Amino acid sequence: MGLVLLAIIWLITFFSTYFFAAKTWWLPHGAAKAASFIDHQFALTYILMGIVFVAAQGALGWLVWKYRDGASNGPVDYSHGNTTMELMWTTLTAVLFIGLNLMGSHVWASERFAPAAAGAVPVEVTGMQFAWYFRYPGADAKYGRTDPKLMDPSAGNEAALGLDTADAAGKDDVITGTMYIPVNREVDLTLRAVDVIHSFFVPSFRFKQDAVPGLAIHMHFTPTEIGDYEIACAELCGLGHYKMHGMVHVVSQEDFDKWLAAREAEKQ
Amino acid sequence: MVAQDAHAHAAPQGFIRKYIFSLDHKVIGIQYILLALTAVFVGMFLSLLMRIHMIWPTAVLPLVGEIKPETYLSLLTMHGTIMVFFVLTTAPQGGFGNYFLPIQIGAPDMAFPVLNMLSFWTTFVAFVVMLAAFFVTGGAPLHGWTGYAPLSALQSAGPGEQLGADLWITSIAIFCIASLMGALNFITTTLDLRAKGMTMMRMPLTVWAWFITAILGLLAFGVLLSAGILLLLDRNLGTSFYVPLVVVNGQVMGHKGGSPLLWQHLFWFFGHPEVYIAILPGMGVASQLLSTFARKPIFGYKAMVYAIMAIGILGFVVWGHHMFMSGMSPYSAFAFSIMTMAIGVPSAIKTFNWLGTIYKSRVRFHTPMLYAIGFVSLFVSGGLSGPFLAQPVLDIPLHDTAFVVAHFHLIMGVAAIFGMFAATYYWFPKMFGRMMNERWGRIHFVLTLIGTYSIFMPMHYLGMAAQPRRYSQFTEVAYLSNLMPLNRFITYAAFITIGAQFIFVINLFWSMFKGPKASDNPWEATTLEWTTATPPPHDNFGGHTPVVYHGPYEYGVPGAPKDYVMQTDPAGVAAH
Ligand code: HEM
Ligand SMILES: [Cu+2]
Ligand SMILES: [Cu+2]
Repeated sequence: MGLVLLAIIWLITFFSTYFFAAKTWWLPHGAAKAASFIDHQFALTYILMGIVFVAAQGALGWLVWKYRDGASNGPVDYSHGNTTMELMWTTLTAVLFIGLNLMGSHVWASERFAPAAAGAVPVEVTGMQFAWYFRYPGADAKYGRTDPKLMDPSAGNEAALGLDTADAAGKDDVITGTMYIPVNREVDLTLRAVDVIHSFFVPSFRFKQDAVPGLAIHMHFTPTEIGDYEIACAELCGLGHYKMHGMVHVVSQEDFDKWLAAREAEKQ
Repeated sequence: MVAQDAHAHAAPQGFIRKYIFSLDHKVIGIQYILLALTAVFVGMFLSLLMRIHMIWPTAVLPLVGEIKPETYLSLLTMHGTIMVFFVLTTAPQGGFGNYFLPIQIGAPDMAFPVLNMLSFWTTFVAFVVMLAAFFVTGGAPLHGWTGYAPLSALQSAGPGEQLGADLWITSIAIFCIASLMGALNFITTTLDLRAKGMTMMRMPLTVWAWFITAILGLLAFGVLLSAGILLLLDRNLGTSFYVPLVVVNGQVMGHKGGSPLLWQHLFWFFGHPEVYIAILPGMGVASQLLSTFARKPIFGYKAMVYAIMAIGILGFVVWGHHMFMSGMSPYSAFAFSIMTMAIGVPSAIKTFNWLGTIYKSRVRFHTPMLYAIGFVSLFVSGGLSGPFLAQPVLDIPLHDTAFVVAHFHLIMGVAAIFGMFAATYYWFPKMFGRMMNERWGRIHFVLTLIGTYSIFMPMHYLGMAAQPRRYSQFTEVAYLSNLMPLNRFITYAAFITIGAQFIFVINLFWSMFKGPKASDNPWEATTLEWTTATPPPHDNFGGHTPVVYHGPYEYGVPGAPKDYVMQTDPAGVAAH
């Protein structure tokens, strides 16, 4: 049975590690500024944890086989432990775990502690069972007033957010069901939800943030590659959670300007 | 320890007093175990339906019919809730803890036998109320076992959010009360009813684990109970603890000013300690068995005790690691993340000590030992994904994906279940006076170990490839369709693993009646339960009280007549 155990534990370790190392399944291609930092930290963590994983499972399999009853290993070592070793591995793990953590923290800080740079493209994202709405404030750079009493998702995008047409700041607000943003410019996001919690998750941007009713959460990120990227809701929001899907189109600055102008024109 | 006499009570006569409303901690322990066994089969069946729906979304199943997306979410919610509360919290602590904690410390019963009975029957009522949620109009709730508000607080937020959700939260509240009663009993018993010579530092590590688990339960379940009551008020009396002004389906709700994050803080203040409530008893059992079957003292007994304490304390200051993406202040994420990494340290110490115990030992591969070894392997695998999730930056891509599902199933789900299997195969002879079948035990072990790894290891890959959790179908998001082959593999593995569990149940019940008779100490173990008759008499030690002379893990003692020295053996053991 010792040999069987050794074989099973080692095989499980081998297959698990193989699929990690071969990157058969991996993080999607990164297309935002944060991706390279995050992927680097991921790779580092993954290598360190991978080493510990292989070492620990390898040792477990080997030890139970080597010290099986009936093998000629001499008498059992009557020992209640070893304080020096105990202290050594406590210190080592503490340094490893906490050090790893501190290394990644500057990325978190740069993303979340500072506000978006001046000149970032403002977009408001609103989650609602089961769709995403995107609002651009228009030339005045101000979002118009919205009123919960006016919300009516069946009457089009503007009514869905309850845009108050009497408010001058809202006259030029563009509201869409698909997100367009220019490449290589920071996006200044405001995240909202009207009913329950949703989560705005764009895997390729390494971006995720819950949208919470009652809160306006400010976030920023910079897309770096032109293309179409999928949004998947990542917080359970009800029966349509699995299809609360959306698209981000990252386009060139000109295309973005053209697109926005066309939407403005449609409103007139 | 004078108190002991006061707790001795005469053995009951009638069937009802003996087996149903029994005050005997051993009967109550078995009742808890049977409840958990029922619950785990319900929970497993639900998970199978989920896995089937994921890969055959349109299948119409016999008995169950068609699974709609909302049905999937009800299955999900009930699977998670039943597994966490009625399996992981019930069997390791209420079941095995109840049966063996008093015996292992040399007590005739729990400190409060009536409270003990009440706590079981309250748990039973909670289970019935939970199952009832399936059968009411609207069905079971769809808000997940974490029940995030406002989804869980609004009757109109989805099907199942009406009466089903009320039953769900009521059941949890009842469960909290039951667990509080149980926790008090465990703590008092451990502190007051230890036999002569059973100092704290001579207690088996199982007892330490049950004791610390009870303290965690006492501190955590009270918070969940209050949180649940507030949720019931929000749902039914129009208060706004968790709900701000929201508009559901174009309808303005009557709430104002509540905070969805408040629920998350309260829930996880309970929720994180809860995962240790689930796993600590398993750690205790693994330690006990590794030492017993390796015929060697546990490596670093004191370090093990301090590690359990450290895990218990740190477990209360890490709850925010579930909330990095919630909109909570990004500054507090730093604190929670450092604390979380810190809790990895005592967990690593335990792993090292388990390996250190096997080093230069003589391992006997009985079925319980196989499960203890499997526990260590799973604990390592599940534990090492922790340092990913503990880093806020890495939590950005991984939070709420299948990676998290992989992590918590391995470390909390399967590892804890392995702890229970180990405990069952180990103590079965003492509980029922017969041995379980070793050959079928081994087959069950091999299938379950390979099976559970095949289910849960691939979920890491799915999570890295950004498959969100709690998705019932992968048809609506284009990139998810690439992951279908892996999802299919997982479902097939689930079929095999779940099938293998019938081997266990058959072995269990067959051995209860047909297994070979067990001696009083079949594993040649040292702790007090192995000094008494099999099964133990009503007052555990047949009228005398044991006196303890040694620590619990005196194996391979040089110069001793046998390779082990019982805790009650007055003969000396060389100083150490
Ligand atoms: C046969 C073994 C099992 C299988 C195949 C299984 C499968 C699953 C699946 C498919 C999910 C849903 C993942 C998602 O869509 O997000 C899930 C969720 C869950 N499972 Fe299991 N599971 C098993 C055993 C267990 C055990 C032993 C536990 C005990 C801890 C457990 C606890 C949970 C919890 C807490 C959730 C989360 C529910 C939620 O998201 O609200 N499972 N499981
Ligand atoms: Cu959602
Ligand atoms: Cu936690």
